[in-house]
Amino acid sequence: MIKRFTLMLLLAGLGAIFAGLMLDYVPDAELNRTADYYAKNTAADLGAANIVTAIIVTYRGLDTLGEVTVLFLTAAIVGLVLAREKHEQSQPKREHPPTGELLTTGTRLLLPLILLFGAYVFSHGHLTPGGGFQGGAILASGMLLMLLSHPLRRFGHRTIAVVESIAGLAFVFIGVLGIALAGGFLDNRILPIGTLGELVSAGAIPLIYSFVGLKVGAEFSSMLLNLSETEEL
Amino acid sequence: MTLSIGLALLLAIAMVVSAIMATRGRRSLGISILAAGLASLLASVMFLLLGAPDVAMTEAAIGSGLTTFLFFFVLGRVRRGEHD
Repeated sequence: MIKRFTLMLLLAGLGAIFAGLMLDYVPDAELNRTADYYAKNTAADLGAANIVTAIIVTYRGLDTLGEVTVLFLTAAIVGLVLAREKHEQSQPKREHPPTGELLTTGTRLLLPLILLFGAYVFSHGHLTPGGGFQGGAILASGMLLMLLSHPLRRFGHRTIAVVESIAGLAFVFIGVLGIALAGGFLDNRILPIGTLGELVSAGAIPLIYSFVGLKVGAEFSSMLLNLSETEEL
Repeated sequence: MTLSIGLALLLAIAMVVSAIMATRGRRSLGISILAAGLASLLASVMFLLLGAPDVAMTEAAIGSGLTTFLFFFVLGRVRRGEHD
């Protein structure tokens, strides 16, 4: 009874707080100074049509590097925890049930499209919504479909590790090149900016985002692969 | 304008309903997981409506795609452990 009453009180308090926030809310009539700077100068400075991407990759590029590092650590820890369990028992593999005609045929049709769409999303990050993280997640969902339809056909851990390492190294290397050739770490103007709205434009942004996409895709895929391999316990 | 506000309200109500289904649903865990995925999917539509397509894409791919799969995966693993 007391517990229920406390819960109700808590909910009412939360409701009051949110109601207060909502009643006070007045939409901003104009952008604040930072947003105004980004909105006015992104196209001229960096040549990126998508301002969000310009902020993520260039203005706040270091944060993106941090995010990618966090994701890498997560994938590494998942691999570490699950791989140990796998090593201890090496029993004969359990027979997988057949996956079904619908799934295999659907995968054969959809997988290339999904992978292509993922590559499109991360290579067009500077033009259209989306970018490395979204594209990488789409790539990983393609890999997931492959895992579901062919549980026994493995794409090796080694390939994934190589792709991930090269992408990560290239990302940092481009960042350091920015210090040497342009204004600072992860400056995209090491390559010509080009015309606004073309695929090969915005300096190094498409390059950086492609590497981020490959890295994120590889990390998610390795997590899924590790999880699916615990099946043979 | 009023149309999009109405759509947003409808979405919000649907999100709350599916969230309640996910947390309080008694029928089965599978339905709860699906309801959680549905809440994420509706959230991504909501982000699109609010003018954040980048966030919407992330939410749709990770929130409702990979996470739902992950839950089902672990659920299957736990069930198998019960039977052994």
